[in-house]
Amino acid sequence: MMNVNRFVVLSKSVQIGQRLLAHNAKYAGKEVARVQQRRSIKTHSRNLAYAKDLFLGQVNKAEVFPYPEIGNEELDEINQLVAPVEKFFSEEVDSAKIDREAKIPPETLNGLKELGLFGIMIPEEYGGLGLSNTVYARLAEITSLDGSIAVTLAAHQAIGLKGILIAGNEAQKQKYLPKLASGEHIAAFCLTEPGSGSDAASIQTRATLSEDGKHYLISGSKFWISNGEMADIMTVFARTEVVIDGVKKDKISTFIVERAFGGVTSGKPEDKLGIRGSNTCEVSFDNVPVPVENVIGEIGGGFKVAMNILNSGRFSMGSSSAGMIKKLIEMTAEYATTRKQFNKNLGEFGMIQEKFALMALNVFVMESMAYLTAGMMDRPGLPDCSLEAAMVKVFSSEGGWICVSEALQILGGLGYTKNYPYERYVRDCRILPIFEGTNEILRMYIALTGMQYAGKVLTGKIKEMKKGNIGMALGMIGKKLRTSLGSTVDLGLTGKDGVVHPSLAESAKKFEQNVDFFGSTVESLLYRYGKTIVDEQLILKRVADVLIHLYAMTAVLSRTSRSISIGLRNHDHEVLLANTFCSEAFFKNNYWMIQLQKHSPENNDANIKKIAREVLENRAYVCSHPLERTY
Amino acid sequence: MSGRVLVGVKRVIDYAVKIRVKPDNSGVVTDGVKHSMNPFCEIAVEEAVKMKEKKLIKEVVAVSCGPQQAQETIRTALAMGADRGIHVEVTGKDYDMLGPLQVSKIMAALAKKEDAQLIILGKQAIDGDCNQTGQMTAALLDWPQGTFASEVSLEGDTVKVVREIDGGLETIKINTPAVLTADLRLNTPRYATLPNIMKAKKKKIAKVKPADLGLDMTSRLEVLRVDEPPQRLAGVKVETVDDLVAKLKETGRL
Repeated sequence: MMNVNRFVVLSKSVQIGQRLLAHNAKYAGKEVARVQQRRSIKTHSRNLAYAKDLFLGQVNKAEVFPYPEIGNEELDEINQLVAPVEKFFSEEVDSAKIDREAKIPPETLNGLKELGLFGIMIPEEYGGLGLSNTVYARLAEITSLDGSIAVTLAAHQAIGLKGILIAGNEAQKQKYLPKLASGEHIAAFCLTEPGSGSDAASIQTRATLSEDGKHYLISGSKFWISNGEMADIMTVFARTEVVIDGVKKDKISTFIVERAFGGVTSGKPEDKLGIRGSNTCEVSFDNVPVPVENVIGEIGGGFKVAMNILNSGRFSMGSSSAGMIKKLIEMTAEYATTRKQFNKNLGEFGMIQEKFALMALNVFVMESMAYLTAGMMDRPGLPDCSLEAAMVKVFSSEGGWICVSEALQILGGLGYTKNYPYERYVRDCRILPIFEGTNEILRMYIALTGMQYAGKVLTGKIKEMKKGNIGMALGMIGKKLRTSLGSTVDLGLTGKDGVVHPSLAESAKKFEQNVDFFGSTVESLLYRYGKTIVDEQLILKRVADVLIHLYAMTAVLSRTSRSISIGLRNHDHEVLLANTFCSEAFFKNNYWMIQLQKHSPENNDANIKKIAREVLENRAYVCSHPLERTY
Repeated sequence: MSGRVLVGVKRVIDYAVKIRVKPDNSGVVTDGVKHSMNPFCEIAVEEAVKMKEKKLIKEVVAVSCGPQQAQETIRTALAMGADRGIHVEVTGKDYDMLGPLQVSKIMAALAKKEDAQLIILGKQAIDGDCNQTGQMTAALLDWPQGTFASEVSLEGDTVKVVREIDGGLETIKINTPAVLTADLRLNTPRYATLPNIMKAKKKKIAKVKPADLGLDMTSRLEVLRVDEPPQRLAGVKVETVDDLVAKLKETGRL
C-alpha cells in the first residue's frame, strides 16, 4: 500500500515534538529528556488546539463551538476599562504629530503609564492589571488607533517582559515585574541580529560564564529592537556552551539584562516608513555582566522560550487590525455618503460599494478569529494555540494592508495627501506582514506543524494495520471508497444535533466539504513528497492558505451561530457577512487544492521556479528589449 | 461638620454621538447608543475628589438615578476617587419622565439622610439642558446655592464661589451646608485609570428606591412630540445691496 519508511524518515528529519510513534514507546523516557531540534522552523507541539485535526479532515467541534463567552461581570469590566482608554486616545493622542516628529511625547507616554496600559497582563500581585488574553485583545482594538503607541506597548509587554511572565521564577518576577507594570521601566525583546532575522536559531551573540561562575558576560549586537533606546530591562537571547551527554554544544539561552549592568549601548533610531513614533534601533552588548540568577528557564532552553513568547503575542493582531479598520470604515463612509460625482453619492457606485463590503468582511473575520483564539487561550489547561495565533496574524496583517489601501483609494487624491490620516495608516500597516515573524515564515510554520501531525497520525495508523489491526484497515478502505463514490460529507456541523445555526447550513456544508477535501489533499501530498515536502514552499504556501481560510470559516460560523442563538443586535447582517465570506473562501480553497493535485494543469509552480532561477542567475530582467533588432 | 459631599452623576448619551429621533417622534434613540457620564457631572466629581485630596472633606458619595445601567456611571465616579455610591432605582415610565423636579426631591432627601455638608452637581445635563436641578435642590432644602461655579474654595463653615455670569465673574460667600453646580472651567476631570477602575470594584454601591425615601415621582410634564431641528435651507446669493433690500422686502422680513 503505502511506503511506510517515508513517514518514519519524515518525522525524524523534521524532528519535532515529544509525542512518539507507538513503536518507539520504549525509548519514550530518553526521547523526552533529549534537548530540542536544530531546525529553525519550530514545529514543536504539546497539546495543540483545534487546527491540527483539520489536516486529517476532521473537525474538533468541541474546541470551537460554542463561541467562547465571557461572564456578564467580565463584560461589564471590559466596557468600564475601554471607556477611559478610548477617551484618552481621542483627546490626548496627536497621531499626526507623533508621526511627523517620529517620537511619542513624554506627556502622552506618561498618560499611558498612568492609565495602567503598561501592565495589562501582569498579575495583580506584581502591580499589574492581571487581565486575560480576551481583555488584552479588546484593549488592542483601541491602542491600534495609533500605530506607534500600539507597537511601543506591544514590544514592552507582549514580548519584552513576556519571558519573565511565562518562564521566569518567583524571584525574577518579584524583582522586575512591579516596575515594568507601572511603566517606570520599559522592556525590550532582543533576539534579531543583522545576520539572523527569520533564521533566529543562527544568532551569534555569546554569553560566556565568568571565572567565578557568578556572571555571564554577554557580547554581541542586536538589530531592529523596538524600545531599544529607552528600555531599562531587556530579554536577551545569546548562545551558551552546554554539555549534553559529554558533548559540548552551543545552545541559546535567555537572559534578563538591565541597562544598569553597564556595557549596553543603543544606536541611533532607525528612520522608518511607518510606526515612526516607535523607537527602533541597534543595541550592542560589550561584555555585559549578567548575574546567573537572571537566566530565564534553563541554560540551553532559550529557543523554546523565544518561540513561546512570540507565539503568545500574535493573536492580538486580529483585534488591533479590526479596530483600526472599523475606524477607517467610519471615516470613509462619512465621505462616500457626502461626496457627489455624476450627480450621485460615491456610495452608490458599485466599485466603491465593493470596497466597503471588503472592509466589513475583513473586520468580521479578523475579530471573529481573534476572539475565538483568545477564548481558547484563556481556557484552563493552557492549550497550545500557536498554530491558530499564527493564522490570525497572517490573515490580519494581509487583510489590514489591503483594507487601508482601499480606504485610501476611496478618498482618491485626498487620501494621498498628508492632510488626511489615510496615508499614515498605509505606512503604519506595511510593517504588519513583516514583524513578529514574517508571513512567509509563519506560513511554513502553519503548514509544516500540521503536516507533521498528520504524518504521525497516518504512520501510527499504518503501524496498527501492519500489526494486524483489521478494524483500522477496514476503516481506511471504507473511507477511501466513500470518498471515491462521491457520498456527501457530514462532519456533524449541521442537521438535528448540529452546532451551526440552520441559517448558516449551506456555508457549513461548504466548510465540511473543504475540510474533507483538505484531509485527503494532505494525505496525498504526504505520500507524494514524504520528507522533501519541507523544501516545497509553493506547496506549503497553499496548504497554509487553505488552513487559514478554514480556520476563518470556523470562527465566522461559530461566532454567527452564537449571535443568532442569543439574538444579538444586527445578527442578520452577520449572517450575510458569514455566508458571503464562506462562499468566497470555499471557491478559493477549492482552487488552491486543485492546484495541489498531482500533475495539475492549474499549477504553474515549475514555470515560476524556472523564471525565478533565470532572473536570479542574470541578476536582472532577462529578456531582450522589445525594440531590439537582429538584422 | 460631617465632611460628607454628595455628588450627582447622570448617565447621558455620549457627547460625540449623532442623535437620531425615534420614528414615532416620541423621543430619541437610546437603544444600543453609547452612553457616558454627563461632562459637567465629571467636573463635579473631580472637584469633590480634589477637596478630599486636600483633606477639606472626608467622604465623597456619588449618586445616580435611573435603571440598572446607572451603576456604570457610579462606577466611573468611584474610579475617579469617590468613596461609595448610591443608586436610586428608577425604571420604566418613571425613568422616561424623570426630570429636575424629581431628581432634586431625591437629592434633598438623600442629603438629609446622609447628613451632607455639600451637594455638588453639574450645572446642566447635555441631554435635557434644563439647568434646574441644582437650584431646585437648594430651594427644597432651603440651603444657599453657588451655581455656574468656575472656582470653589471651602473655608471652614463657608464656601467662596466665583460664578460665571453674563456680565463676567461674580464672587460670593455662602454658608454650608450648600449646593454648588459646576461650570466648564472649574477643573479638568482626571481619566479613570485602569488600576483605579479595578480598585473601584471593591467600593460599595447601595441601592434604594424613591418610595423608600417617601418620595412621589409623578411628573407634571408630558412630552407631546420630539422632532429633529429643521434642515438648514440653502441661502441665496445677491449681487448688490439694493438687491438684498428688495429680497428682504419680498420675503416679508423688512
